[in-house]
Amino acid sequence: MQSLDAPDSLCNCEVLMTTVAMKAPVPAAGRSSKKKTSPGGGIGRYLLLRFLLIFPTIFILVSMVFWLMRTTGDPITAALGGKLGPDQLAKLISAAGYDRPILIQYFEYLGQIFTGNFGTTISTNRPVSEVLLTYGSATAELVFYALIVAFIVGIPLGLVAAYWRDKAPDAFLRVFAILCYATPVFFAGLLLKLVFAVWLNVLPVAGRATVGSELQMQFLPDKSGIYFIDALKTGNPAVFADVLLHAVLPALALGLLTAGVFLRLVRTNVIGTLGTDYVDAARSRGVNEFRLVSKHAYRPALIPIITVIGLQVALLLGGAVLTETTFEWKGLGFMLIEFIKARDFVAVQGIVALLAVIVALSNFIVDIIAALIDPRVRY
Amino acid sequence: MTAATMLAPKAPLWTRLPVVHQFRQSIGLQRGMLVVGLVITGVFILTAIFAPLLAPYGYSQLRDDNGTFGAQQAPGGAHLLGTTVGGYDVLSRVIWGSQTAIAVMVIAVVLSIFAGVALGLVSGYFGGWLDRVLVVVCDAVYAFPALLLAIVMGIVISGGRSDLWGGIFAAAISITVVFIPQYFRVIRAETVRIKAEAYVESARVLGASNGRIMFRHVLRNATRTLPLIFTLNASEALLTLAGLGFIGFGIEPSSAAEWGYDLNKSLSDVSSGIWWTSLFPGLAIVLVVLGITLVGESLNDLADPRLRSRRAPGNTGVVAATSVVPGGTLDAGPGGIDGLETGPLAPDPHPNDDPFEAK
Amino acid sequence: MSSLPDVVRIDNLNVTFATDGGAVKAVDGVTLRVAPGEVLAIVGESGSGKTVTAKTILGLLPETATAHGAVILSSKDGADSNDVLAVSKQKLRQLRGTDVSMVFQEPSTALNPVFTVGWQIAEGIRAHGEFTKKQARAKAIEILGRVGIPDPESRVDYYPHQFSGGQKQRVVIAMALVLDPGLIVADEPTTALDVTVQAEILDLLRRCRDEFGTAIVLITHNMGVVADLADRVAVMYEGTVVEEASAQALFSNPQHDYTKRLLGSVPHVGQGTIRATARALAREPGWAAETPVVVADNLKIQYPGRLGKPGFTAVDGVSFIIRPGEVLGLVGESGSGKTTIGRAMAGLTRVTDGSLTVLGHEMKGFKERAFKKVRSDIGFVFQDPASSFNPLLTIAECVAEPLVVHGRAANPAAARTRVNELLEAVQLPRTYGDRYPHELSGGQRQRASLARGLALEPSLLIADEPTSALDVSVQAKVLELFAELQKEFGFAALFISHDLAVVDILADRIAVLYKGKLVEEGTGAEVLGAPKDPYTQRLLASLPVPDPAAQALRRNELRVLRAAG
Repeated sequence: MQSLDAPDSLCNCEVLMTTVAMKAPVPAAGRSSKKKTSPGGGIGRYLLLRFLLIFPTIFILVSMVFWLMRTTGDPITAALGGKLGPDQLAKLISAAGYDRPILIQYFEYLGQIFTGNFGTTISTNRPVSEVLLTYGSATAELVFYALIVAFIVGIPLGLVAAYWRDKAPDAFLRVFAILCYATPVFFAGLLLKLVFAVWLNVLPVAGRATVGSELQMQFLPDKSGIYFIDALKTGNPAVFADVLLHAVLPALALGLLTAGVFLRLVRTNVIGTLGTDYVDAARSRGVNEFRLVSKHAYRPALIPIITVIGLQVALLLGGAVLTETTFEWKGLGFMLIEFIKARDFVAVQGIVALLAVIVALSNFIVDIIAALIDPRVRY
Repeated sequence: MTAATMLAPKAPLWTRLPVVHQFRQSIGLQRGMLVVGLVITGVFILTAIFAPLLAPYGYSQLRDDNGTFGAQQAPGGAHLLGTTVGGYDVLSRVIWGSQTAIAVMVIAVVLSIFAGVALGLVSGYFGGWLDRVLVVVCDAVYAFPALLLAIVMGIVISGGRSDLWGGIFAAAISITVVFIPQYFRVIRAETVRIKAEAYVESARVLGASNGRIMFRHVLRNATRTLPLIFTLNASEALLTLAGLGFIGFGIEPSSAAEWGYDLNKSLSDVSSGIWWTSLFPGLAIVLVVLGITLVGESLNDLADPRLRSRRAPGNTGVVAATSVVPGGTLDAGPGGIDGLETGPLAPDPHPNDDPFEAK
Repeated sequence: MSSLPDVVRIDNLNVTFATDGGAVKAVDGVTLRVAPGEVLAIVGESGSGKTVTAKTILGLLPETATAHGAVILSSKDGADSNDVLAVSKQKLRQLRGTDVSMVFQEPSTALNPVFTVGWQIAEGIRAHGEFTKKQARAKAIEILGRVGIPDPESRVDYYPHQFSGGQKQRVVIAMALVLDPGLIVADEPTTALDVTVQAEILDLLRRCRDEFGTAIVLITHNMGVVADLADRVAVMYEGTVVEEASAQALFSNPQHDYTKRLLGSVPHVGQGTIRATARALAREPGWAAETPVVVADNLKIQYPGRLGKPGFTAVDGVSFIIRPGEVLGLVGESGSGKTTIGRAMAGLTRVTDGSLTVLGHEMKGFKERAFKKVRSDIGFVFQDPASSFNPLLTIAECVAEPLVVHGRAANPAAARTRVNELLEAVQLPRTYGDRYPHELSGGQRQRASLARGLALEPSLLIADEPTSALDVSVQAKVLELFAELQKEFGFAALFISHDLAVVDILADRIAVLYKGKLVEEGTGAEVLGAPKDPYTQRLLASLPVPDPAAQALRRNELRVLRAAG
């Protein structure tokens, strides 16, 4: 999301006369060319710009998905093509309005999305928004667990690797990180299942909870769909333990994938800041090496780290689709694959559009956090 | 421009090639990682080339002279790594799978490099509204889960089922669409940076045309990091292909072998303790991605002076006369020290290249 | 003083670095000592090993370095002494900050951007003993006040970017002083600063010595700074100390050839005045009436602001002319707008208002197509020799570029004869044409840059700080070459620099810029001999001269000026 502060250089004269997105150039500098221009504008303006950027992002993704999907024809023919006769198909198509000019359908679709209406599934005939609500909480729960694993594993190990840079622990951790990244999340899932669920038989093979637990949670008056919370509400420790045990393997599979990325990210950025003058300056005042890594180098490195972590939301969501399929974790990803198998493209389009909104929103949130950490933006 | 390269003084040409040059630069652990990566990648490429010779059976073979293979046979005997639920030989599928993998990786990376470089160069160089639109679009696509986009592309291109080349191209093009923004971002950022460099401004002051500046000065300098992105993206291409295969956008087993597809089919085997159908294709993916990523990471480290480790000076080492070290990363050939010989004048030290004082 | 041991004693120090090209010896048998409360300046050009020597005192060498010899560091009270090269990591950590501390070259990079300065000072304090947050903070406030940060009680909670460059350097010095070490190693402490700020920081360092009794090892390449501050001077060249003497003796009676050469290379104000006068007298009578090459009339250049914010005015109502064959020196500190003017003349930056005529072409609202013909008559020499050549082309190809672009040669190979002539004109061997830019030193690259600028024999050359990245001895040669070429080719030139003394050597007339406005203009004799504008006076008085006695007088002048202004 660099677009608004990309420093256009001074050369392009057209840009110079009209641009809105140009940094004030570094004033003629004798030797201090390294000086950064101040970001300009208060944090309010910055956040407003970032907020406004959400809309084109969502618009672009939703439009892209719409047009791409429509090149394959209308969703009803795709879903029911072989099953119904041409007459019945034509009737259904006409009833759903798919025989109107495509542009009209497009604008209608945009308008619907704006009001939170993602259409109706063809295979199950439910509103897509209802599907999203029902299964979204499961995905959110999985992603949350995975993030916890990724933060607990990735960040400290990244610091350790940076501290022992180019020594044996670093080499070991780097290979570990690459392995985390190199192992497809579904393969990691399969291995974990094989070892812990089948051979050792200590953890459940699949699902979010046993049928018994799900039944207990089913009758809660105000269930959230997030099993962690619902299980607490039942007040039954067995249900709670059951829910947690089911979460271990999926969280590990998805979390380790992300942890590998975090580890590399932390390591590289901290090594970068460890080489700066200000760390050398702190060292020259007698600050110990551990504190140099964990405070003096880590904090400034955190700004790029958080920005890049924001982009990992995409990785995490993509990974969630595969993890859910592997563990039959009935979330959005799992349903997405089911809908694809049923060739229900209205539902697919709805889920993809929702994920686009989530991506845009989470990037915005990450930008806010990064801005709040950086005093140069804050003041 | 080739003539320019031919004029390169001193260092033999082969030492200036990417990878070879970095290999000579590397030491210790970094060299170890690079070597392991190169070996794995080499084995992978060789396997793909010689798959017809190496594989005991065809990828879609279900029977031989002794009748059908049988499903889910344990490893051993005629089937070293066992057979799948569909009755294919696991070892053969794993070996043949390398061909599919390499085809998709090459096609995807080549397509996306061309499209991404062209867009990035034009966008970064000319700026303006086109640049801004492209940046927002590419950022949006970049932030979106690659797999989901590939799924959508898969639906569009092949409707989800395909033959050998149809499947390979569907997968490759899906991945290309995902990668274009990445190349675009890298090349655009480099172009914007290089555009502000003094040598481009100098060409501008001379009145050189935009075309000349773009191709003679910007393009070649902006694309120097490509080998590195190439390796990183090749591994991502394989992971995306496997992901597509795993969720059912793979290539039919009768058309080609594909590791992700095999893993998908082995999903239910795991619960019944049948491990060989999933373990071997999975390991193949892990090894190839590991190998390519090790090469990419090592190249990355070696290209960045902050991350590159150097030989510790031993007491026995030949000590050159006190001198400064030529800077540059990818391009500083070993001929650099020679270049320091000064003319008839007094020593003329490098102020900017000196690693000890320039800070 | 005599009862206390030397704060640092360096014996036969050798430092070797591992590089891609093999092992390189950076320091070779250096022996030095610093008495308590003494300022020892280590002078040398890049590659002389002065910074490496200084960093060794704190044990701050990178892992690629190995050091032999002894660096004996004594505490301020003389009670404790240790060999930095031999002590344990733990002990070394204790010594840093208490016995010795460091002031860095670039204050903006020596401060951690995400922590408040108070926190950073406290980190140093708390690394050496038990202090509560409150105590550490009180100490931080006290020391900030002592280094001249106004309102330290509230400034202690500021982040580095909220301070100006000079204030940042004060903060860095405060950090070095806070535990009252016996020795401060100052590595080029004023190089990144403007000359007027430099004078203030030098004053502060002098106070460190006088008020805190701190000894200082001052690393610098600037002879004026040495003359201003140093008690004793060690001159380093290629890793060895070639001469060591008291400041007085060194400047009045240098012994070693290199020292003499170095001192001879230092530009000083007044050097060029005679030459400029001679040139002025030699001009033909009608010269002043000829059409000027460049006319700026109430020139205004504004950079647009972001999203409706007001723009930044870099150049504000500047008027000047450059006549044929005349060199105009443009002087100013960072942010004065001097580079912007140069860029506008080359069509790299748009003119916002007023008028700028270059070779008869109006630059306001200019079209690239119409201007292209004029471009063959303009040469440009950039500041940074490291980036002014395409790293993938040979020097010959780079120098041939203007000839090819303007159709004087079909391709770089066809232009080679002319390129060889040009290389010879700038005193580079022809064979250098086959080398790549990174194989040339900074000075050589700047010569090649001149060759490229002159390839089309332009009638106007714009040189933007062409020597500011070079060492003094190299700078002197490049300036000399520039003067010779100017005489030979007779081009008019705009010579931009932050250094009055450098401009003085070449310029017929000098224009002084301050915050985008032209404050004074005239011949060297007028501007430097009897400056009228208070800013010019201050600028001139801030420029340290390479002579301790004269510099002491100058310092007083500056004090008077500051008191007055």
